[in-house]
Amino acid sequence: MIQVINLYKAFGRKQVLDGANLKIKKGESMVVIGGSGSGKSVLIKHIIGLLKPDKGTIVVDGKDMAKLKGGEVDNLRKKFGMLFQGAALFDSLSVWENVGFALKQHTKLSDKEIRAAAGEKLKMVGLAGIEDMMPVDLSGGMRKRVGLARAIAMDPEILLYDEPTTGLDPIMADVINNLIIEMREKLKVTSVAITHDMVSAYKIADRIAMLYEGKIIEVGTPGEIKSTKNPIVKQFITGSAVGPIKVG
Amino acid sequence: MDDKGFFMRLLEGVGLAVAHFVEEMGRIMVFFTETLLWLFRPPLNLRNIFKQMEEIGVNSVGVVIIMASFTGMVLALQSYTGFKRFNAESLVGTVVALSMTRELGPVLTGLIVAGRAGASMAAELGTMRVTEQIDALATMATNPIKYLTVPRVIAGFIMLPLLTIISNMLGIFGGYLVGVKVLDANPVVYMRRSFDYLEMNDVFSGLFKASVFGLIISVISCYKGFYAAGGAEGVGKATTGAVVISMMLILISDYFLTAILF
Ligand SMILES: Nc1ncnc2c1ncn2[C@@H]1O[C@H](COP(=O)(O)OP(=O)(O)OP(=O)(O)O)[C@@H](O)[C@H]1O
Ligand SMILES: [Mg+2]
Repeated sequence: MIQVINLYKAFGRKQVLDGANLKIKKGESMVVIGGSGSGKSVLIKHIIGLLKPDKGTIVVDGKDMAKLKGGEVDNLRKKFGMLFQGAALFDSLSVWENVGFALKQHTKLSDKEIRAAAGEKLKMVGLAGIEDMMPVDLSGGMRKRVGLARAIAMDPEILLYDEPTTGLDPIMADVINNLIIEMREKLKVTSVAITHDMVSAYKIADRIAMLYEGKIIEVGTPGEIKSTKNPIVKQFITGSAVGPIKVG
Repeated sequence: MDDKGFFMRLLEGVGLAVAHFVEEMGRIMVFFTETLLWLFRPPLNLRNIFKQMEEIGVNSVGVVIIMASFTGMVLALQSYTGFKRFNAESLVGTVVALSMTRELGPVLTGLIVAGRAGASMAAELGTMRVTEQIDALATMATNPIKYLTVPRVIAGFIMLPLLTIISNMLGIFGGYLVGVKVLDANPVVYMRRSFDYLEMNDVFSGLFKASVFGLIISVISCYKGFYAAGGAEGVGKATTGAVVISMMLILISDYFLTAILF
């Protein structure tokens, strides 16, 4: 469904992605792990076309992202839902306007219908009844869940999660994990999540890929990753300061 | 000590600054062109346009009223002092009316709106950029330039002339107050002098300038906000940059517009 082929991206002199390769199958839940600043967000932004590769190809649904024209990119994007690292809710719009944003832009539904649809999605993430609140009045966990409701508003086929559990308490993190699992089971979506939270990774992943120094250095099921022989992956998943990964 | 080294470095510094400036102007032109392309592609988001007209126009009325009245008043005082020296006091009204409509109305309104609405536009869009809200728009298949920039540019283009009309009226009224109440001019004569020499062309060219200033402010402020980077500090820099560049371009373009229009 999604193929990242030989992806290179540099910002200034900093080579962030250095020949990354990754294949994600339809219906699969892929988790990309990697250290802070390793380029996880940059990778996921390439998948949805927010960033353009210096070299390499992204193929989604058999289509090469780089070869699509403006309108075609937008059509492809309607298949995606994305939850941003900081939720990225629109401050100037209320919760229901946020959740219903894409419906307002791309359908002919009336405000009343959009509000009702937004209410449904909010119910799915356990936040019924907060339609009229403003984003500034929400806690971090609520913001992430509203962000998730917004991501699923158009019933996407692919969901991208940028650090869905980072910055949340363990219980709220687990609530989000369960929601991600529910999305896959109920909505049958293909999902790509990036995280450095190993608890979350083991729980939601079908397969885990590790990004290190701009490349995907290992891909495997949670079981395979846990019993890895690669010293870099081993150090990362056990969270040890001692090992081959250069710190600082 | 090392004179050559110093001058070389100075030259290099100036060269880099000029190169940077030219490059930035180029990017602004690209951004402006893209905005224009989206502007003529329907549908227009009327709700956002009205919201921005309120933000840029209605919310600036207060400052504009104070600025314009006091400008008109001080103009009357100053020109009276000057003109009295060659017995031309009777021309105070004329000078106030001409200066306000041709020059001070549009320029001062532009500068004030740049400081007020331009700064808030850059800060708002900058915050949206660094908190990934602009990326979020794009992922929802909504072009950020069409959704955010086009309404602001339209609002700037329409509201600046309207604010300038208010400026002109209050400036002339302020001058009248000082002329009649403080300098004891005859009210009827003052009024007649104000409008006798004023031509429609003076007013319209002033309003045309104001529209150009409205474009400058909204395009520059959106551009700066759009390309803000680096958290809260980046937003601060974008805001300052937006105000400084808008003000510079208003003053520079004012000269050239005046040279062309009159
Ligand atoms: N738009 C950009 N311009 C310049 N540099 C960038 C940009 N986006 C990312 N970078 C740089 O790329 C590197 C990787 O950033 P990225 O956000 O992908 O990290 P990450 O793996 O998501 O980290 P974190 O876990 O902290 O979110 C960083 O060094 C960052 O400074
Ligand atoms: Mg990140």
